[in-house]
Amino acid sequence: MLDKFQDASLGKKLIQKIIPLALAAREKLGHRPALMEVCGTHTMAIARCGIKSLLAEYLELRSGPGCPVCVTDQQDIDYMINLARLPGTVMATFGDMLRVPGSDSSLEREKARKAKVIIFYSPAEAVNYASAHPGQEVIFLGVGFETTAPSVALSMATAIELGLKNYSVFSAHKLVPPVMSALLDDLDLHIDGFILPGHVSAIIGQKAFDFIAREYRIPTIIAGFEPVDILGAIYRLLKQLSQNEIKAENGYGRLVPLEGNIKAQKLLANYFTPSTALWRGFGAVSASGLDIKDEYAFYNAKNKFALEVPAGQTPKGCKCGEVLKGKLNPPDCLLFARTCTPMQPVGPCMVSSEGACAAFYQYEFNEFKG
Amino acid sequence: MCLGIPGIVVEVNAAGHWAVVDRLGVQLKVDTRLIDEEITPGEYLMIHAGHAIGKIDLNEAEETLKLWEEIISC
Ligand code: SF4
Repeated sequence: MLDKFQDASLGKKLIQKIIPLALAAREKLGHRPALMEVCGTHTMAIARCGIKSLLAEYLELRSGPGCPVCVTDQQDIDYMINLARLPGTVMATFGDMLRVPGSDSSLEREKARKAKVIIFYSPAEAVNYASAHPGQEVIFLGVGFETTAPSVALSMATAIELGLKNYSVFSAHKLVPPVMSALLDDLDLHIDGFILPGHVSAIIGQKAFDFIAREYRIPTIIAGFEPVDILGAIYRLLKQLSQNEIKAENGYGRLVPLEGNIKAQKLLANYFTPSTALWRGFGAVSASGLDIKDEYAFYNAKNKFALEVPAGQTPKGCKCGEVLKGKLNPPDCLLFARTCTPMQPVGPCMVSSEGACAAFYQYEFNEFKG
Repeated sequence: MCLGIPGIVVEVNAAGHWAVVDRLGVQLKVDTRLIDEEITPGEYLMIHAGHAIGKIDLNEAEETLKLWEEIISC
């Protein structure tokens, strides 16, 4: 039954319903409605299904700060690269981090120079690896939002249980609601509605994003990742806009409860404490990161391997910061498809499978050229 | 990285905190420590980075689909 959410004919019919609503919303707003999908997985799904170009005449879809690899600050990337250079360390990472360019190298390049970098699907696998290789210092690169952080917390729980001395976490985790506030405080931002991340919401709960409609007076909807979910979310946002309504809706009721996943929230509160974090494009955002609590300092790679890392150099000409704030579209960057391609990425938005530049290049570039 | 995949539960080991889910014929062992409620075979879970992060409520899914069917037919 869940396949129905991928049903092409249902999708096509929804598009037919969306068009008149978009025109009505345009009438009310005085401009073509601009909606932002905050999550990188939405960006990819929207590009893959061609939703953006199909609806371009009627509404604008912009990407936000929802690709965890892309928003990781250059200084943190450089820190990870420096950790990889230390003798005896093993960088345990999700695959997307490998090719992200730091100021003067990348994990992939360090790997070619004999650093040990291993891709894991889950932090649990990294702990198992550490347990089986006591002579190696395994450092898990914790990059991700509220969805990823609980599984990283569990990996620390396992390391404690097993009494491991050779496992630590470099926490570059980020929290979505605080960066949404930072984004919304920017008076230059002209977004008429937000499509909010479904899996982050499954952890933090439907009400964690209510403040956007309540305080900033912008319609929102939490959405799943299948085509019908996304089109449905667009439909419901346009419905609000065309009827002058402002509500926080949940379009992903099959997974997202009002309160979220309490067990995961408790784990986060147990192992992490909210901290000021650096975001690419945004700079420091207070209470938007997760630092490992002092009582678990032994598992904190920033403690165990305290390095002095200077502020990073963002690649010259790269507009990722502006792309992540929804101010520019990927082709607005002069490097797009010229010097920056998925084969030779200049910025992280072209590296990550969830990056806006990669999504645009892969699925929409040809149409754009034509 | 943020990718979540749904899977149907085919085997549960409550004491070991894991379950096996099937996704399009591929079986996957997943960590269930983030799920508080009891998990039973036949239920759907959303999997993220090897961990189940929540149960998928099929009644709710059906309601949503019904709503869209209604909207497109009027
Ligand atoms: S096209 Fe490349 S250089 Fe330009 S913003 Fe995107 S990732 Fe950065």
